[in-house]
Amino acid sequence: MAEKKLVPNQSIKLRTRSLNLYYGAFHALGDITMDIYDRSITAIIGPSGCGKSTLLRVFNRMNDLIPSVRVEGEVLLDDLSVYGKNADVVSLRKKVGMVFQRPNVFPKNIYDNIAIGPKKHGIKRLSQLDEIVERSLAQVALWDEVKDDLKKPGLELTPGQQQRLCIARAIAVEPEVILMDESCSALDPESTMKIEELMFSLMERYAIIIVTHNMEQALRVSDMAAFLMIGQDRIGQLVEYGPTIGMFSTPKDKRTEDYITGRFG
Amino acid sequence: MKKFKERLSGRIFFTLALSSISALALITVFIISQGAPLIAEVGIIKFIFGMEWAPSRGEFGIFPMIIGSVTVTLGAAVIGVPVGICCSVFLAEFAPPAMSNLFRPAIQLLAGIPSVVYGFWGLLFVVPAVRNLFGGPGLSILTGSIILGIMILPTVISISEVSILALPRQYKEGALALGMTHWQTIYAVMLPAAKSGIVAAVILGIGRAVGETMAVIMVLGNAVAVPESILDPVRTLTTNIGIEMGYASGEHQQALFATGIVLFVAIMILNSFAQYVTRRK
Repeated sequence: MAEKKLVPNQSIKLRTRSLNLYYGAFHALGDITMDIYDRSITAIIGPSGCGKSTLLRVFNRMNDLIPSVRVEGEVLLDDLSVYGKNADVVSLRKKVGMVFQRPNVFPKNIYDNIAIGPKKHGIKRLSQLDEIVERSLAQVALWDEVKDDLKKPGLELTPGQQQRLCIARAIAVEPEVILMDESCSALDPESTMKIEELMFSLMERYAIIIVTHNMEQALRVSDMAAFLMIGQDRIGQLVEYGPTIGMFSTPKDKRTEDYITGRFG
Repeated sequence: MKKFKERLSGRIFFTLALSSISALALITVFIISQGAPLIAEVGIIKFIFGMEWAPSRGEFGIFPMIIGSVTVTLGAAVIGVPVGICCSVFLAEFAPPAMSNLFRPAIQLLAGIPSVVYGFWGLLFVVPAVRNLFGGPGLSILTGSIILGIMILPTVISISEVSILALPRQYKEGALALGMTHWQTIYAVMLPAAKSGIVAAVILGIGRAVGETMAVIMVLGNAVAVPESILDPVRTLTTNIGIEMGYASGEHQQALFATGIVLFVAIMILNSFAQYVTRRK
């Protein structure tokens, strides 16, 4: 297992400044300010309904699909304003890939599942696509398992393989950040372990942000941890954010301690 | 007593349900018993591929009418299917709720217009328009295709839209998350994923076009001849029955029932194909 640093010795990839998010009149996230480091794993933890997934979906603007969503404050990817007037959602999502809770393999064969992203981003040469498919599958350690039946429907793989296929699909478009929304929660322990190993190898190249319900997982894989909770005003807020080891050994906030020791949530 | 009531109500519902099935059985048996002897007498090949339809001389070849049905139906598909699929995509993906709430009932209304009204409208407006724009008599394959193309829209639109809306949200999210545009997401992921439903919609629409009689009787010209262009009049299998059944008797009447068998089989094949496509995963 990779050695975890107390503070990632990395540049900052994503910043939020006084981020507020509303679903219509409902104030879901309140005043969230945090820096997310490049080439490291950041875990967002907290009880159900505290806005973990909502926060994650801020980074690739997936919340835009809900018509009533309104975002205030600033979100920066490097120096690029994610919600700025000239922001291009499509190129943002190319840079910020996402893996979902349930494997959402497209009803296509394995090859096309991977190739569809690069194809739509303008790569037409077959040899180049072949190369991307092989490299992406190799990166998620799926190549040896499927190299002989790339034309097999992706939906015929096991759930664990499907989720790795989804990760391969995400990295095939060469993102800079990978968001993982409870991506192991639908998988068996063995597949979960494979994906966690995968996170470590991907961490060398990408900023990874995960949402997880599983405290052991957060402790095992993440460098930084953000604890979100619904405050008394019913708004999701960032209670504590810092290096994971520090947070789990000596939480600064009483609520963090109660949550990670399993007293509620 | 309560138990008896329960059992009785079950029986009543069963009987009523059975009656709708038995209507189908009765019709099937009747058509076959009336039509099959003639097919046997003339010979199935000669009946289907015969070019001559002259009941007074005992010639019963329905091939010109098959050509009529096929051309008009294909024309209707060419006109109605692209429009219908685009409309369903628009309703499912682009239209703001207020607009789709207006569009949907309007399209349902299109299905509620009696076919004779379509025919009447076609005769008064589409026939002269085709005559003036393209020449010919106006009573033609093209005119029939336009009318039928409109008539199959509700079927194509509603079934395609339902199959697009029934897709797991994760497909769309997954595609958008890869940085695909909305349109790329629709044509590269969603439409292929909804393919079976859309194909079923098209087949059911075609089935509707094949079976339509009243609307096309008024605009096709009904000549029993193999057409040379889409501006020529034709007669379809259904219109042939509709026109001649009133005065036919004896073998002639049997030949019309035999035409019914052909239609019946064609529609059954189309519907079972639609079922097969929707059930296949």
